[in-house]
Amino acid sequence: MLMQNAAATDTRPRTAPAPVVALDAITKTFPGVTALSDVSLELHPGEVTALVGENGAGKSTVVKILTGIYRPDHGTIRVNGAPVQFAAAQDASRAGITAIHQETVLFDELTVAENIFIGHAPRTRAGLINTRRMRTRARALLDSIDAEIDVGVRLRDLGIASKHLVAIARALSIDAQVVIMDEPTAALSHKEIQELYALVERLKAQGKAILFISHKFDEIFRIADRYTVFRDGRFVGAGPMAEVTEDALVRMMVGRSVETIFPARARKPGEIVLQVEGYSHPTEFEDISFSLREGEILGFYGLVGAGRSEVMQALFGITRPSRGTARIGGTAATIRAPAQAIRAGIVYVPEDRGTQGAIRGLPIFQNVTLPSLRRTSRHGFLKLAEEFRLAREYTGRLDLRAAALDQALGNLSGGNQQKVVIAKWLATRPRVIILDEPTKGIDIGSKAAVHEFMAELAAEGLAVIMISSEIPEILGMADRAIVMREGRIAAEVAGGDLSPEILVRHAAGITQDAQ
Amino acid sequence: MSTQSVPRPDEARRVPDRLRSPLGRLLKSWEVLLLLVAVAIFVANSFASPYFLDAWNLSDATFNFTEKAMIAFAMALLIISGEIDLSVAAIIALASTAMGAAAQAGIGPAGLVAIGLVCGLACGAFNGALVTGLGLPSIVVTIGTMSLFRGISYIVLGDQAYRGYPPGFAWFGQGYVWWVISVEFVLFAVFAVLFAILLHKTNFGRAVYAIGNNPVGALFSGIRVARVKFILFLLTGLMSGVAAICLTSRLGSTRPSIAFGWELEVVTMVVLGGVNILGGSGSIPGVVIATFVMGLVTFGLGLLNVPGIVMSIFIGLLLIGVIALPRLWAMARRE
Amino acid sequence: MTALLKSREAILLAAILALLALIAARFPGFVAPSNLVRVFTDTSPLIILALGQMCVILTRCIDLSVAANLALTGMVVAMLNTAAPDLPVAATLAVALALGAVLGAINGVLVWKLDIPPIVVTLGTMTIFRGLIFLLSNGKWINAHEMSASFTGFPRAEILGVPMLAWIAIAAVLLLAVVIARTPLGRAFYAVGGNPHAAVYTGLNVGRTQFFAFMISGALAGLTGYLWVARYSVAYVDIAGGFELEVVAACVIGGISIMGGIGSVGGALLGALFLGVVKNALPVVDISPFWQLAISGSAIIIAVAFNAQSSRGRGRVILRRAEHRT
Repeated sequence: MLMQNAAATDTRPRTAPAPVVALDAITKTFPGVTALSDVSLELHPGEVTALVGENGAGKSTVVKILTGIYRPDHGTIRVNGAPVQFAAAQDASRAGITAIHQETVLFDELTVAENIFIGHAPRTRAGLINTRRMRTRARALLDSIDAEIDVGVRLRDLGIASKHLVAIARALSIDAQVVIMDEPTAALSHKEIQELYALVERLKAQGKAILFISHKFDEIFRIADRYTVFRDGRFVGAGPMAEVTEDALVRMMVGRSVETIFPARARKPGEIVLQVEGYSHPTEFEDISFSLREGEILGFYGLVGAGRSEVMQALFGITRPSRGTARIGGTAATIRAPAQAIRAGIVYVPEDRGTQGAIRGLPIFQNVTLPSLRRTSRHGFLKLAEEFRLAREYTGRLDLRAAALDQALGNLSGGNQQKVVIAKWLATRPRVIILDEPTKGIDIGSKAAVHEFMAELAAEGLAVIMISSEIPEILGMADRAIVMREGRIAAEVAGGDLSPEILVRHAAGITQDAQ
Repeated sequence: MSTQSVPRPDEARRVPDRLRSPLGRLLKSWEVLLLLVAVAIFVANSFASPYFLDAWNLSDATFNFTEKAMIAFAMALLIISGEIDLSVAAIIALASTAMGAAAQAGIGPAGLVAIGLVCGLACGAFNGALVTGLGLPSIVVTIGTMSLFRGISYIVLGDQAYRGYPPGFAWFGQGYVWWVISVEFVLFAVFAVLFAILLHKTNFGRAVYAIGNNPVGALFSGIRVARVKFILFLLTGLMSGVAAICLTSRLGSTRPSIAFGWELEVVTMVVLGGVNILGGSGSIPGVVIATFVMGLVTFGLGLLNVPGIVMSIFIGLLLIGVIALPRLWAMARRE
Repeated sequence: MTALLKSREAILLAAILALLALIAARFPGFVAPSNLVRVFTDTSPLIILALGQMCVILTRCIDLSVAANLALTGMVVAMLNTAAPDLPVAATLAVALALGAVLGAINGVLVWKLDIPPIVVTLGTMTIFRGLIFLLSNGKWINAHEMSASFTGFPRAEILGVPMLAWIAIAAVLLLAVVIARTPLGRAFYAVGGNPHAAVYTGLNVGRTQFFAFMISGALAGLTGYLWVARYSVAYVDIAGGFELEVVAACVIGGISIMGGIGSVGGALLGALFLGVVKNALPVVDISPFWQLAISGSAIIIAVAFNAQSSRGRGRVILRRAEHRT
């Protein structure tokens, strides 16, 4: 199978227009890691190239090399056929390469026009910024993408989708030949994503070469003209989208055939452990009621920004509900701080691992024991041997890969960091564990391990809440699912009713009888 | 490096506890480097001046740093947690003024000590409440309270001074416990041990490191971040109160300009001791050695009749140098 | 227009005017034009330094060495003047600006090239600069009779009844207003301080931008060094001791965020003026000048609390959107 695939990708079509930008045999190493090894990539005018690969495949390193943030150790970058070297980000933007970054936040205190033209503003004869011309040109650029945004307002007064449009206008303003979009739809709503697709089509029509990085396969097949696959920092294959199947792409990505099989589970929920009644918050959510049983996995589905994480963070004591009660094991619990939630037996594995989950500067074992220090210490004094014992036990269960337990957590890969974060919460011996997008941004191998482990926990009688935006994950793992929309519970579905159509319809607010 | 694309989860592997032995880690640490600097300065000093290796001279020299060092211990914890307190010297002024006023009213040594400590705690609580309660940046808050606290001293005293402390009060700043071992030095040593235990051996200390590394992550791990920070401001205020007692007792008088500029010397000690000014790392032994380095430099140059202001050049160079040199070294190796 | 009225600057301006009105009610002499000029002139050094500090704070740094820079540059130009009394004032000004800029550039290089936290760098250079003054002067004072008349006369020379010192402050305000609003560097200050990560992707060099901020701060401190020494006709090690914190205070009161990226020239100006009015009003309303420190301390705390309150409360709003649609 693999051999065939490799042979197929080697016969690249020669009919394509000459590439605007080509990476040729690029190698980039960091202390101890080879991020890219001998990779190649071509971007053609008027085409969208999808860059596909697991986390750690080297996608973000390529973006940084293309935008002049990193310099390659070996290999050549060619722009319109001529080899170039980027000493700094300015050189890349002068060569017409621009990136719209994952978190498309620019500068809140500057105006829309200034954001679009920072670094290359039109000048007056005296060398000052020509504000009037800058605004006129910003207006024209925004008009060209149908964005109705006042060029004089400060960026901080805009929503995330509008900020995105500003970033795209900026890309157009430098007359970019190449636009890199790194996970551009991650924070956007369904409607905004459709608008983005339309915009990408328009950029294509203008002859721009687009590098599109995404984890979402439906998106790639919807928008891309060709693909390039990286694995472990190496080039695996490239070709037109028309000649590849989803299955073949996945196989190239992971180097083996993976059918997304979810672990089989015996579903026999026990007693009710968590009963939430009428939870409300002034701006975030309203009238949230649900119950959860031992050994059950309850899925929370919804669009990004539907208020799922906010409900869970209130349950965990990060924010406070204005109304409502939570009963744990039949007794009412007052939870005003995470410490109280932990004592009551509720733990929360946050979605944002970088800022909320992992404490990267601390060693692995100290991360694991942080919420359990009360148990690994005596009268407030640390007992290192106890800490190591606890850390060994739980990291062992999750099959952690690390050099040593006293290694700083930040040195591990994303998947292994996530294992440590989950181990940290299991070590508190909770009754309810809330996992917020537990497999987001981790490689497929780790993903399967996390799923398997979740099933194991439920089998042991732990009550699990899983927030997920991936329908297969909800369908494959959850016994029941609650769909949230705009801060409210839109539906609760279980058993035979669990289907992609029903989940999507409730999440998007499409009523059945609407014609 | 061979890349395995297929993981084998059932393969029996165990992650070892430690990568390097604790001893190996110690030998490469900042503290040991600093200790070598301290020894070098000690040796250089003993060659430079015949008066250096005199027990009483050395004992006198400790007064150069003991008061500041006691504040530096608490400040180290505060900086590791990601905050800072620039009002410490102003707290000394205010606490000293309060003690002076009390002494004027005929209150005895024990009462004065109590007043000094309570005043320090109150100032620390005020800082802590502003930072943790209102969520304000500590560097600005404490620049404000620095003016406010010392300002109150100026309002009370103007260009006057309090003198006439009760005789028994002099013990704290001028007394000796045994031979050349002063009361202040004993206090310094006791607090060094207490703070080292607090930071390195307790759950509280672990929370301080966690907060300094990632305050949001610490909160999500069930640490009461605001409470820990508030306690750290209290401790810093309290230690400023202790320093105020010692300094007032040693000088025997209070002016509103007392301990002027000490906040920066205390921060210098902490940073020199290897504490990351951005929070998250550092140790008490490092700070202890740094206080000795600064004390020895000041004392040694003093014996050579170098004026204090010139020594500050050395301290300034030391502060920048200790951080710059490892970075320059790393840059040179990369070339 | 309403946005302008609600801005921090407008509130601060209103506070200053209210303060002036309050004083004028009892002591009309205080708001006499000649006295207002005197107050402004007296506040000029603080204004000039606050402008430089603003640039630095905008880029998410802090410069604690400004007062030491001022004192060192002041001492150097005073010594230059005693050695060469006939040196024209223009040359003295050039030397002060250049030397100040070089001292600022030292801070900037350490922050840019070695990536040392600015507070540590400027804490260090602050003590080093003060020490250097002692080495240069041997701890001696340079007094009025050792300085030439043109040297000490320049800041006091009046044009249209306003001393040169005040004119220089006005010129500095206007110049910085143009630099901030209309030059790529000025805009880069906001970008670098507001979002350093995005700034790198935008092709801005964060370190170099910070370097220029330190250089501007240093040049203005050097300029003030000459003006200060000439105005008070004395130079010694400790002049303007502790003044760096008053400069930071002016910025904070002026609404410049210590976290970088937020602030304005108007804010720095008004923050300095607020402190200047308070300082000059105290003796007039017969409050001991010893109250000044406590008042400015309280003002800092109130200002920072106020700024924090006004920039807060834009949290996640999920429900409101729902209410709009239904």
